[in-house]
Amino acid sequence: MFGPLIAKPGTAKNNKTGSWRIEVRPKFLQTNCIACKMCVLVCPEGCITGGEKNTYICDYAFCKGCGSCAMICPKKDIIMVKEGSRE
Amino acid sequence: MKEFLEGSAAVARAVKLCKPGVISAYPITPQTHIVEELAKEIADGKLNSRFVNVESEHSAASVVLGAVATGVRAYTATSSQGLLYMSEVLFNIAGLRLPLVLTCANRSVSAPINIWNDHQDSISMRDTGWIQFYVENMQEIVDLHLMGYRLGEDKSIMLPVMVCMDGYILTHGIETVDIPTQEEVDRFLPAYKPLYKLDPQDPLTMGLLADPDYYMETRYAIQETHKDVVKLIPKITQEFYKVFGRQYNGLIEEYRTQDAERVIVGMGSVCGTIKDVVDELRSKGKKVGLLKIITYRPLPCQEIYEALKNIPKVAVLDRALSLGSYAPVASEIKAIFFSKKIKPKVISSFILGLGGRDITKDSIKEIFRLLNLKEKSGEFIDLKPELLRESIHGLDA
Repeated sequence: MFGPLIAKPGTAKNNKTGSWRIEVRPKFLQTNCIACKMCVLVCPEGCITGGEKNTYICDYAFCKGCGSCAMICPKKDIIMVKEGSRE
Repeated sequence: MKEFLEGSAAVARAVKLCKPGVISAYPITPQTHIVEELAKEIADGKLNSRFVNVESEHSAASVVLGAVATGVRAYTATSSQGLLYMSEVLFNIAGLRLPLVLTCANRSVSAPINIWNDHQDSISMRDTGWIQFYVENMQEIVDLHLMGYRLGEDKSIMLPVMVCMDGYILTHGIETVDIPTQEEVDRFLPAYKPLYKLDPQDPLTMGLLADPDYYMETRYAIQETHKDVVKLIPKITQEFYKVFGRQYNGLIEEYRTQDAERVIVGMGSVCGTIKDVVDELRSKGKKVGLLKIITYRPLPCQEIYEALKNIPKVAVLDRALSLGSYAPVASEIKAIFFSKKIKPKVISSFILGLGGRDITKDSIKEIFRLLNLKEKSGEFIDLKPELLRESIHGLDA
């Protein structure tokens, strides 16, 4: 009998790390964004996508709520809001 | 062909016949002769294998882990401190379900430093998930290495095997051994075909993070597979018999236990001494016998139960301790009989032969004598009370 032992490449996507988020989540204001892509680079889950200015957004199924994107944003255009809030 | 060989040389011959692609080991007494012999065979061009020199046992175990992970048959050997230094990797090899054969030349564990034989090193590794064999003599050593690869590499098992042989007594002792031919071994042991392997052309990840959603199933699977091992060993020994003509039970060996009133349970080379004492006492009309445990992991509980249930008095020998608790083998034998209706009246536990103290025929006779008295729990045999003090003050005064 065998348990889960090996994984083919790309299977990290099966782990929905969004469940790790406990207190806060990032909110992408999409107002002063300059499309510098710093948030994309620092995201440990690689779950932030976007192209033109003010189009960036993260996938909450994977976002752990670490706050790195809000910290790095030079325009303070990403803020951390309380989980469950309507903001 | 029958040859007169040192135990270590016999192991090396058996391993050579199994054609491992990678061998890695670090020297440690009393194991060193085995890999010395294998290194020589490779250097002389008689064995097509890669010998990887390493700086420690931890690295040796890691090298063979990596080798098996890439789909190559591998081998290592160690002893005592070396086995303990490997321990972290040993858990990984079993956890990754990589079949491997390791020879453990059983030796005591420091401190105080002692290079002689007892079972503390491998008994301490009993919970790693490895299959463990304890051998009595040189022929068993050769045969169980062949069976070890066959068993571990079975598609339904995929687990590593530790063949435990008593240091010096078996590693340096010399006996007549029947070494099989390469054709016979090839017939019994096909080339290793892995279920999965590390390959840059077809990448996969082994040993990845298993969070609480996944970890428990990997451990459950090993636990269940050990039950399959108990069922498979008799089939493999049967196939072994067909090719080589030597018959083994593989799990346990019952020696003159029919109608016996007193039986000793033992593991390893001491069983040879016990057999001699049993023969001697039987010739005087005493109904005594021996139950040898060959496969200690998985523990063949049902077989041991059937073998001992009608024996009135049983003595379990341990050559290792679980300091602060009951002796390891004895506690498990007792556990087998707890809540059973038919069972021995007495299961006494004896500890002897630690750090290479000789187990003589007199030691065994003393155990048979003590078995007539009330049940003993963890009784030390051949202890020297004159060496013990209640206080360390004035020790040398």
